[in-house]
Amino acid sequence: MAETVDGKKEDADYKRLQSFPLIRHTDMPEEMRVETMELCVTACEKFASNNESAAKMIKESMDKKFGSSWHVVIGEGFGFEVSHEVKNLLYMFFGGSLAVCVWKCS
Amino acid sequence: MTAITLYIFSLKMQAPNVNSHQKAAVAKEEGLDTAEGEEWMQGKTLVKPPDQLDLTEAELNEEITRVLKASNPNAPQNVVRYSFKEGCYKPIVFVDQMAIHFELEGNLVHKESDEGRRLMAKQAEVDDGGGVERPDNVAIKAAKREQKLTNQFNFNERASQTLNNTPRDISCQTEPPPRANFSATANQWEIYDFYVEELQRREKSKEKHEGQFLNKEEDKSKKKMIQAETQNDDISQLAKAVKIIERMVNQNIFDDVAQDFMYFEDASDEFRGEKGTLLPLWTFQYDKAKSLSVTALCWNHKYNDLFAVGLGSHEFTQQGGGMLLFYTLKNPSYPEFIFNTASGVMCLDIHEHLSYLVAVGLYDGCVAVYNLKKKTDQPIYNSRASSGKHTSAVMQVKWQKDDLDSNHNFISVSADGRLVSWTLVKHELVFTEIIKLPVIDTIPDDLKDVIPTVGTSLDFHKQKDYSFLVGTEHGKIHKGSKYYSSKFLEKYDAHFMNVTRVKWNPFHPDVFISCGWDWMVKIWDQTMKSPVFTFELKTSVTDVAWAPYSSTVFAAVTTDGKVHVFDLNINKYEALCQQKVVSKKTKLFNIEFNPVHPIIIVGDDRGHVTSLKLSPNLRKKPKEKKGQDLPKGPEVEIAKMEQLLSSMRYSDWAFTKHGSSSEAICLLTLICFF
Repeated sequence: MAETVDGKKEDADYKRLQSFPLIRHTDMPEEMRVETMELCVTACEKFASNNESAAKMIKESMDKKFGSSWHVVIGEGFGFEVSHEVKNLLYMFFGGSLAVCVWKCS
Repeated sequence: MTAITLYIFSLKMQAPNVNSHQKAAVAKEEGLDTAEGEEWMQGKTLVKPPDQLDLTEAELNEEITRVLKASNPNAPQNVVRYSFKEGCYKPIVFVDQMAIHFELEGNLVHKESDEGRRLMAKQAEVDDGGGVERPDNVAIKAAKREQKLTNQFNFNERASQTLNNTPRDISCQTEPPPRANFSATANQWEIYDFYVEELQRREKSKEKHEGQFLNKEEDKSKKKMIQAETQNDDISQLAKAVKIIERMVNQNIFDDVAQDFMYFEDASDEFRGEKGTLLPLWTFQYDKAKSLSVTALCWNHKYNDLFAVGLGSHEFTQQGGGMLLFYTLKNPSYPEFIFNTASGVMCLDIHEHLSYLVAVGLYDGCVAVYNLKKKTDQPIYNSRASSGKHTSAVMQVKWQKDDLDSNHNFISVSADGRLVSWTLVKHELVFTEIIKLPVIDTIPDDLKDVIPTVGTSLDFHKQKDYSFLVGTEHGKIHKGSKYYSSKFLEKYDAHFMNVTRVKWNPFHPDVFISCGWDWMVKIWDQTMKSPVFTFELKTSVTDVAWAPYSSTVFAAVTTDGKVHVFDLNINKYEALCQQKVVSKKTKLFNIEFNPVHPIIIVGDDRGHVTSLKLSPNLRKKPKEKKGQDLPKGPEVEIAKMEQLLSSMRYSDWAFTKHGSSSEAICLLTLICFF
């Protein structure tokens, strides 16, 4: 009993440890990267249960800030191959199980 | 009343004659009467107009017949026209008889005509109140146009067309922003793995950071330094290329001189017998050194094309700044190194092995050491402030071998009569007094300490470097040794005036040469009190130098601008070449042979250095026997010199009577030779 409880605690712990936003791949300039990352985190936390709304929020904010035709994908299990404008791609993990991919391509 | 019959066919009445007028008037009245009815039947009073003609009854009863015609009474009846065909006037028969009495233009329009239709349409419009739109727009427009009646009298329509610029088509296509592809998979295990990795990385970096926190600041400062240097690298790299180009350009300009320097051998020397010539090559001058004269020359031993020039002034009254310049034969137009000194340079010497160390003696008594490798303009050592510096001009400096502590050192002689050794210890010059020049006898005893003997020249023996010679202002040459600090070993009464140069022979251990202002050049054997050879050149001799390739060749320069080259092996009494190498009134002060190439450089009082090539006659080497190798060269030279000396000694000996055993042996050897 104690072990399972501990196990659960460990799981919870490691989830907490690994829930920080982590950039997997990006070629954005420093400023842009930081801003985008924060935006993604905000959106995902706000719409924790609804990926679509989170993606919508991110996409619209990015369009406003950095110019039109951004694309956003949020999910837990997907593969992708995208063409993006150079220096306009961000691929990050968040919340231990969520992956967010943001890129610009007109 | 008589009845008047009037037949009216035309509307216009004929010209009334009197009667008709009269009757007309009556008729009028009657008409009036009858018109207004029979009512006026009563008033039958005849009213006569005042201008009516009074006619008799007979006349009144006359019947006048009027005939009315259909012709126009006003139309001309006898119109005549000239006929060109017949050449006369011909009457025209038919004349227009139409006479228009009244004209009125009607406003009736035919229904079927255009105008009629238009009007009808208008009418219909007006009738309908203008609400119905006719499909026939042309009609409407035409109607509308009709409305715009312009003022026919004052209205003036004028139109013009402005110049329009020609329209052009310009199109542009911008480059689209660059694109790249990216692919990845987002799985739970990928995410997990990545997080784990990240955590590990962070732990590692934390450990490192604790250790290296202190070094961060140093790194930052280093980075700044590196950045600054890299900025300068571009310019310095360019400097190298520019230097090479400068040399190439100079080579191109002085191409013929360079060719002469390398390959030209004066063929006419064969016909000249013993005599030789000096071929002028480059002239080295520096415009900032115009007012200075050359006081010292020295070739660099390692780099045979590099030589140092010291600039200053020999005159006591004309002392200013000085310069130390380094020229290379590869670039005759500009010096390689330039150093400005506070006072005139009097002498210089380049270290034999470390060719970047240059010792310089100045007019104000300072000695300085320059390091050519350093980029600075300042000497690395300077004796300005140190004690023990010379109180008078330094006349000669010579590098010595490194002392026991492997410190570099050099010895200087100056006008205050002292020989001082300077040692380069770390950052300063340490002086050691070696010897003081003896005062001559003519000076009274109480002034001996005050008035020094001016030492003018100094030379160290090539092999026995403790042995040296010092020439003085009074014309004496003192031979001394570094080991004896109290007195000199030998004294030679060389000249009557200032000894300007004294030099050991590079090959023969006993021979040295001296020259002075008393027009003499003398060659000595150190064992003998009197000179072996004496030459008189017509003016003050300022410098003399031995040739490095032969023990019997030497050259001297005089104040009349001439260079004298002697080869004792060929001609014992005369110069092989006496050539004026500079313009009038320029004095030559220094001469140096290049250690490798057959050229000499001479410095004059204008600050110019002229290089001259020795013709083959001046460079003759003794005929070597077959099988003799090069290392034996110096010995051959020595032998050659010895031959000469002994021949002279023999002639001397013949006049003087020495009876020592050593002399006897000499004589015997001489007899063997001859």
